[in-house]
Amino acid sequence: MPSETAAAIPGPRDATPHFFAPWQARAFALTVALSEAGHFAWTEWAEHLGARIGTATPVPDSATPGDHAEHYYLSWLAALEDLLRAKGLAEAALIRDLAETWQRAARATPHGTPIRFEAGL
Amino acid sequence: MPHDHHDHEDHSQLDDMTARVMALEKLMTDKGLVDPAALDAILDTYETRVGPRNGARVVARAWTDPAFAEALTHDATTAIHAMGFGGRQGEHLTAVFNKPGLHNLVVCTLCSCYPWSVLGLPPVWYKSMPYRARAVSEPRAVLAEFGLTLPEDTAVRVWDSTAEMRYIVIPQRPEGTDGWTAEQLEPLVSRDSMIGTALAGVPA
Repeated sequence: MPSETAAAIPGPRDATPHFFAPWQARAFALTVALSEAGHFAWTEWAEHLGARIGTATPVPDSATPGDHAEHYYLSWLAALEDLLRAKGLAEAALIRDLAETWQRAARATPHGTPIRFEAGL
Repeated sequence: MPHDHHDHEDHSQLDDMTARVMALEKLMTDKGLVDPAALDAILDTYETRVGPRNGARVVARAWTDPAFAEALTHDATTAIHAMGFGGRQGEHLTAVFNKPGLHNLVVCTLCSCYPWSVLGLPPVWYKSMPYRARAVSEPRAVLAEFGLTLPEDTAVRVWDSTAEMRYIVIPQRPEGTDGWTAEQLEPLVSRDSMIGTALAGVPA
């Protein structure tokens, strides 16, 4: 039994997936690919990820495994942005602009059609 | 994720996280820092080709090959690498052996370091805040949530992984498996038994 103040561990006996959304998988792969290409060492990555996880807001007790995965990968994504910014590889404003362009491209794209970046320019 | 559908019924919507990841991916690709094909290859590797079966082969061999078990004790990185399971992040591996009176449990309190090369990607609970916080402070309560209650006189040793050092638990070989081959033993070795939140399975 968990002690009274302890949050339950999500899904200890379930075979839950690792990724709960495609963006989580892409963020993971992008990080591994950048490290393998030599743009940062895995230890540097772990420091940034640990810093983000250490300051993340607690997950509510009612959180599902999917909520936990999202919470974890939000820290992951923020850590990746931190590290790329620290390395001078990606400026925050530029990431924001590109993200907004993708959002515009999506809104301009009918359902079921691949989203092209150019559609948001 | 909330999706805003009210006036865009027939158009696509991207949630913020998806758009941020797509932005990063495009920027890194446009700068020539990564190859999109490399991303696909990485996902294919971790989603389909690397998984806890690699670790199960290591454990089953340790149970049946005393020289290998000895090598694993002294230098797990080299012994496991020689089986073709190399770490992509250049991390070192340590094998910690369960024995009568001693149970090992692995956690990464800082983030989520995990021996990917032998276990694949970690389960959600391994990365969750409750597990990271409680595995060290109350390992027995944590194990109970996994349905594992150890004898009172069994010590629980908790290993905290780092980016440089990761751990694989070598569970005890189940009773009633004398004379079994490594191939017969492999299915008894679950992912959780190599993290320490379960024991190796009982032969059917």
